[in-house]
Amino acid sequence: MTHSAKTHRPLPAEGAAAPPRINGELVFDAPWQSRAFGVAAALAESGLISWADFQAALISQVGEADTSSADTGSPDGYWTCWLEALGSVTASAGVVADQDWAERSAVFANRPAGHDHSH
Amino acid sequence: MSHDHDHDHHHHHHPDPHDPAVRVEAIESLLVEAGLVDSARVDALIEKYEHDLGPLNGAQVVAKAWTDREYRTRLLADGTAAIAELGFGGAQGERMVVVENTDQVHNLVVCTLCSCYPWPVLGLPPSWYKSPEYRARAVREPNVVLSEFGTELDDHVEVRVWDSSAEVRYLVLPQQPPGTEDLNETDLVDLVSRDSMIGVRLAGAL
Repeated sequence: MTHSAKTHRPLPAEGAAAPPRINGELVFDAPWQSRAFGVAAALAESGLISWADFQAALISQVGEADTSSADTGSPDGYWTCWLEALGSVTASAGVVADQDWAERSAVFANRPAGHDHSH
Repeated sequence: MSHDHDHDHHHHHHPDPHDPAVRVEAIESLLVEAGLVDSARVDALIEKYEHDLGPLNGAQVVAKAWTDREYRTRLLADGTAAIAELGFGGAQGERMVVVENTDQVHNLVVCTLCSCYPWPVLGLPPSWYKSPEYRARAVREPNVVLSEFGTELDDHVEVRVWDSSAEVRYLVLPQQPPGTEDLNETDLVDLVSRDSMIGVRLAGAL
């Protein structure tokens, strides 16, 4: 039995040949998904929300999506639940009101085509 | 909405305000304006979890346990502390329990409620781990799930399924593949896949 190294593991996360994903598969398939993750991680890091509370909200969102037959196994479905959990805990913490979030979303959705995201 | 969706133009010119890409940008902007989130820190955290954390950390834990009997004992007695010895831990990985595969017992990890997962050692969870199918079937018919991953166990092997939660995260200590006793710790790391630490495959298996 031979065990050639690095047959099933991508290269380590160092050096020029480092792959973009350490797991060998894309864990985010759209930028907004990593954004949703990063914002939650930043809030948890600063203590504004707790991972435990976030976890509870995520369980709730995934449960609702499961019963409505949404595909929580896809990155899109899963991170959508994550995003709604983020909204739920920030609303509970009195940090972002649902209405403010909806209004800001509407403003962004109605920006003219070709607007530039970068500053 | 009473008008028909025009798929060619709808997203290009006026995305739906319920589009998650719009929603996430909106909530981030509100949090930034309130001084509660720093976008540069969000960037850094994404980078950290995408590149700095990954199964490599868990693989180092396993390889050390294979080569250092005392470390193995400490790891099984107190996973959190033994993993912290190697510098791994933090948010979402505080309470780690390591379960050991033997000739008699094979361990499999699932999170039936959502997708609790030991991020600091395994990185972000694979998509199948989050699927309703895996979450339900890992408990109901673990042997079938294992065989679908190409993992065939001897009939006498007992399969134990561990349900991760917000409080406890499980990591499987897979068996060292036979014939690898002469490899050093660094080479052994390459035999330890993410899947073997979730328990759906054996170490050294593709």
